[in-house]
Amino acid sequence: MSLDISFIGILIGSIMASSVPLILAASGELITERSGVLNLGVEGMMIIGAISGFALMVITDNLFIAIVGSMLSGVIISLIFGFLTQSLLTNHVATGLALTIFGIGLSAMLGKNFVGIPGKEFPVLFSSLRESIPFFGPILFGQSIVLYFAFVLPFLTNYFLKKTKLGLVVRAVGDSPVSASNQGINVILVRYCCILYGGAMCGLAGAYLSLIYTPQWIENMTAGRGWIALALVVFATWSPIKVLIGALIFGGITILQLHMQAIGFRIPVQFLSALPYLMTIIVLVVISRDSRKIKLNTPTSLGRIFYKEK
Amino acid sequence: MYKNFFRYLISAIFLLGFSVNSNADFKVGFVYVGPTGDHGWTFQHHEGRNAVEAAGIKTTFVESVPEGADAERVIRQLAQSGHDLIFTTSFGYMDPTNKVAKDFPNVKFEHATGYKREHSNVSTYSARFYEGRTLLGHIAGKMTKTNTIGYIASFPIPEVIRGINAMTLAAQKVNPNIKTKIVWVFTWYDPGKEAEAAQALIDQGADVIMQHTDSTAPVQTAEKAGVWSFGQASDMQRFAPKSILTSIIDDWAPYYVERAIAARDGTWNQQDTWHGLKEGMVAMGPYNSAMGADLVKEVEQLQKDLASGKVHSFTGPIYDQKGNILVAEGKVADDGMLAGMSVYVKGVEGDIPK
Repeated sequence: MSLDISFIGILIGSIMASSVPLILAASGELITERSGVLNLGVEGMMIIGAISGFALMVITDNLFIAIVGSMLSGVIISLIFGFLTQSLLTNHVATGLALTIFGIGLSAMLGKNFVGIPGKEFPVLFSSLRESIPFFGPILFGQSIVLYFAFVLPFLTNYFLKKTKLGLVVRAVGDSPVSASNQGINVILVRYCCILYGGAMCGLAGAYLSLIYTPQWIENMTAGRGWIALALVVFATWSPIKVLIGALIFGGITILQLHMQAIGFRIPVQFLSALPYLMTIIVLVVISRDSRKIKLNTPTSLGRIFYKEK
Repeated sequence: MYKNFFRYLISAIFLLGFSVNSNADFKVGFVYVGPTGDHGWTFQHHEGRNAVEAAGIKTTFVESVPEGADAERVIRQLAQSGHDLIFTTSFGYMDPTNKVAKDFPNVKFEHATGYKREHSNVSTYSARFYEGRTLLGHIAGKMTKTNTIGYIASFPIPEVIRGINAMTLAAQKVNPNIKTKIVWVFTWYDPGKEAEAAQALIDQGADVIMQHTDSTAPVQTAEKAGVWSFGQASDMQRFAPKSILTSIIDDWAPYYVERAIAARDGTWNQQDTWHGLKEGMVAMGPYNSAMGADLVKEVEQLQKDLASGKVHSFTGPIYDQKGNILVAEGKVADDGMLAGMSVYVKGVEGDIPK
């Protein structure tokens, strides 16, 4: 197989496509965690988004409704988490784990009637340019709108957290809810919003899988991607740009190791399979060495319960 | 109101106690490795369970049970909760099944695709999927234009290696220039990863894709890329109507019904069952007309010959990758060799992961 330039373009295109769910889910979870809430329910919210999106596509035959619906379903299920942790002050870790188990079970139940229905072709943008421009064509064009959104999102998230007043509020709530509260910020409300936003992004990440990436519904189709997204947020030390880098490395090595196997590299396959995890951790640890920056980015009150004394 | 509640509670406890103690009703348990909705491996076992239920026997099942320590817990619990016959339907349940069988001599166990029968209450059963792979290899060898067949493999166990070898041998017979490219994904079920593996193989020049994993993602990827594919475990035609040439279908239902009735009537005994096209445990899906009438006829004849025993998937001479002879000319591989197959035949690229 020749490793010509246009082939590398196709390769990069498929690497980008495979990292979209991780970018979306991790960016959403990042905002949630920056507000001081640890939601381990990413996998559960993703799978609910996947089934809702697919079910709505089958019922309404409208992909726009399906995408919006999947985000709404993510919002609804994360609202359960928000109510439990913010209003009833339950433990974040336990509630998040329960949310994942609940999501996987509920999606399997809702999905019973949608198994075995083939999905619909999702429209891609600029597909004519994809063929006509070598190398850059398959990278930049012929992808779904969700992919373009996913690649802009980390930069928007970065801008939001660093440059906007609202971003400052989110960070304040995550670092010191008590001082934020004393400043007159409604901590619970901010955290609710961040949880719901995280839910929407996880829902979209799930819908990307069931509507665009592998257009079908099968039980448990997220297959652990939610957990990888969660780990990415931590290893990227809560920086949106590093989340993007981490997701691309993970997706990239996953795809590359499959190609290396197909080409016939004589490297133990088990090692190749472990490579995405190893490389992602190594690279993220190396690029996040600056302990001062880590301190700045880490939400100090992550996972701690906050309540306002009356 | 509370009085009534307690009355119900007490009567419920009595009823529960009674039903457990009497053990009058015969129950069959199933342990699945994937979700019943995978539309592949587990789906077909579940169809088998439905047939047992239709025969008037009570059944329960536990799905998505990981292979390993968790499996033992689930199997043990089924044995404890009064199941008389338990089907464990994945290779990785082999040791847990035998371990639990030792502690429950009165419960019968049936383990799919394994070879260990350490206690008299453990039977094993499997299907000769490799006969289906031979047909796939024949078709693939004729249909490929790039002479490259892409194969998505799950775990390096004899069953998977046997399939790769059977396919390659049959493809070589009709097309000596064939190359088999293999990608190991180390999962039975991860639609995203299976799709990525299929795409990688297609990008590397494969124009026929087949898989030994459980989801429908590979055939859909093939459909999108415009290359040929095959359904695995169940008929996957509607997921990729243009791309699928045929499917290997596992039909467990007759065996499950037979064994459940035998266990209920007390005629169950330890066995090692290995059925194929002949008995119908392996069946083929409809052949795609894109293959052309001649090839369809050829393959149908081969299917008949495999079923009748006239043709064997592993007929000598067969060489391993280094050129050592595995099966001598004029001989066929015996079941013992097939069951423990752990080397590639000549013509397969790469090494088997250890």
